[in-house]
Amino acid sequence: MQRYIAKRALQSLLTIWVMSLVVFALARVTGNPLDVMLPLEAGPEDFERVSKHWGFDKPLTTQYVIFLSKAVQGDFGTSWKWPGHSAMGLVGQRLPATLQLAGFALLISIVIALPIGVLSAVMKDTPWDTAAKIIALLGQSLPGFWLGIVLMWIFAVHLGWFPTSGKGGLQYMVLPAITLGWFQVAAIMRLVRSSMLDVLDSEFVKLTRIKGLAEWKVIWKHCLRNAAIAPVTFFAIIAGVLMTGSVVTESVFSWPGTGLLVVDAVRARDFQVVQAVVIVFAGIFILTNLMVDILYAYLDPRIRLR
Amino acid sequence: MATVTARTLPWYSGPRVKQAMRQARRLPVVPVALLTFLLVIPALLAPQVAPYDPLKGSLAKRLKPPVWEEGGSSAHLLGTDKLGRDLLSRIIYGARVSLAVSAVAIFVGGIIGITLGLMSGYFGGRVDSLIMRLVDISLSLPTILLALVLVAAVGPSFGTVIAVLVVLLWARYARLVRGETLSIKERDFVARARVAGASHTRIMVRYIFPNVVNSLVVLATLQVGYVILLESALSFLGAGLPRPTPAWGLMIADGRELIVTAWWVSMFPGLAIMLTVLALNLLGDWLRDHLDPKLRNV
Repeated sequence: MQRYIAKRALQSLLTIWVMSLVVFALARVTGNPLDVMLPLEAGPEDFERVSKHWGFDKPLTTQYVIFLSKAVQGDFGTSWKWPGHSAMGLVGQRLPATLQLAGFALLISIVIALPIGVLSAVMKDTPWDTAAKIIALLGQSLPGFWLGIVLMWIFAVHLGWFPTSGKGGLQYMVLPAITLGWFQVAAIMRLVRSSMLDVLDSEFVKLTRIKGLAEWKVIWKHCLRNAAIAPVTFFAIIAGVLMTGSVVTESVFSWPGTGLLVVDAVRARDFQVVQAVVIVFAGIFILTNLMVDILYAYLDPRIRLR
Repeated sequence: MATVTARTLPWYSGPRVKQAMRQARRLPVVPVALLTFLLVIPALLAPQVAPYDPLKGSLAKRLKPPVWEEGGSSAHLLGTDKLGRDLLSRIIYGARVSLAVSAVAIFVGGIIGITLGLMSGYFGGRVDSLIMRLVDISLSLPTILLALVLVAAVGPSFGTVIAVLVVLLWARYARLVRGETLSIKERDFVARARVAGASHTRIMVRYIFPNVVNSLVVLATLQVGYVILLESALSFLGAGLPRPTPAWGLMIADGRELIVTAWWVSMFPGLAIMLTVLALNLLGDWLRDHLDPKLRNV
């Protein structure tokens, strides 16, 4: 088990390193890295400052050493678009909003998906089950950003139930969270449905029924508790997906998180902020993947041996 | 004897053709019809089918609503956008863009993936572990972010989008082909080919590859929908195709700030994406069940 964890951790480190290498190389592959790092409108003092910060006058290998040692300390330079802020500081400032939205989206998708998944397993091959399948199919086919706009049009513009965009109280979070969680609803629902079907077939369920337990108690207490194991391990994967999905959702609803930050930075050609966000997100994404793998290996010993 | 009968019969009654016809008759009608009318016909015949030029508009006709709304006219069935360009024409040309992007990306990604997968499975050993390590890394890269860095560095263009998609797509083909190659290379006909003096390349291309094609068709079909979704998301973020390309994702982005005054600008391109991807997923599921039940979990 320890060997497996060590191997997977090493692999994750390697992946983050590759991502940082991509960032480093992309800034320099087009010739003058200053053209990439700063927009054309930037003044000469900006160019000089950035050039000095990253050591662009030095050979490439030295530049890489500078980049790596700064990156390890979380120093990705200062922002051009938001003067007076360090790139990493901006990420730290915006991250809580993203985590808040992702957490709420996860909650909503579980609240929606769990009952639908359970009911469609219990009422297999009924119209209800078919409806659930259609929801799952739609979940895979709807572009998330478009769903966001449609929700905004119906519930904010026409019905006026929620504000169209921005950040404030809970009502600001409902539409973005549904948009972000929608794709996961389909995934969780299918997982719950298939593992519920397995559990419903097992011996102990028959026993609870023979005992004369109320049907709702058999399903919602005994079956669900056993069927929840597979979906629970899936949640970490979802967490990773939600983080990257927030880029799209936040720019639809102007939600002031890291996702919106990176899109704004790309538009303003503020590369130092872009690289900070990308490395932080890649780190979170890869770390959640690692956690899932370890969790799986813990639950299913066969995986460790592969 | 068999060859004689085969030659005297008309080409369309041979057993292979008959079987293909029987298969074709069982094709799912709704997805195939949807795809034909939404993707294939518009993409191939865009200049003939589209009523207007997708890039030229007149400001006098800007933000005309669709024909059934008040103020709409039959001149622009789905209305116009804020530059007065005909939405229907832009959606029709958008099908061409989506199809071109996914065809090129899947073709290039597929070739790279298939080549590396064949080598990985066939040679094994160090080559295999190196390629599989690359596959693992490429599958764990965060998609949208990779695209954003690339675009921040070199700017949005058709080439950038294709490059991002290829980086994301090749690994799945490599993994699939490697897995199948591992079992196929142990079969008798491969050993016989080797005894007959076939080179490694010839064995991979002529003997192993044809046996992987079914699985590849299924994977490619399922991926077209994924690529269309991804490309539209990238274009929506401004990290995909540059304006004024009539890409569905860009059209939705244009309509975002008009949501209060002109809902149709973003609604129709979104519907086009949804129906196309839905049809592709249905067709992909059907192909998987009929060509390659092994792939249930892909």
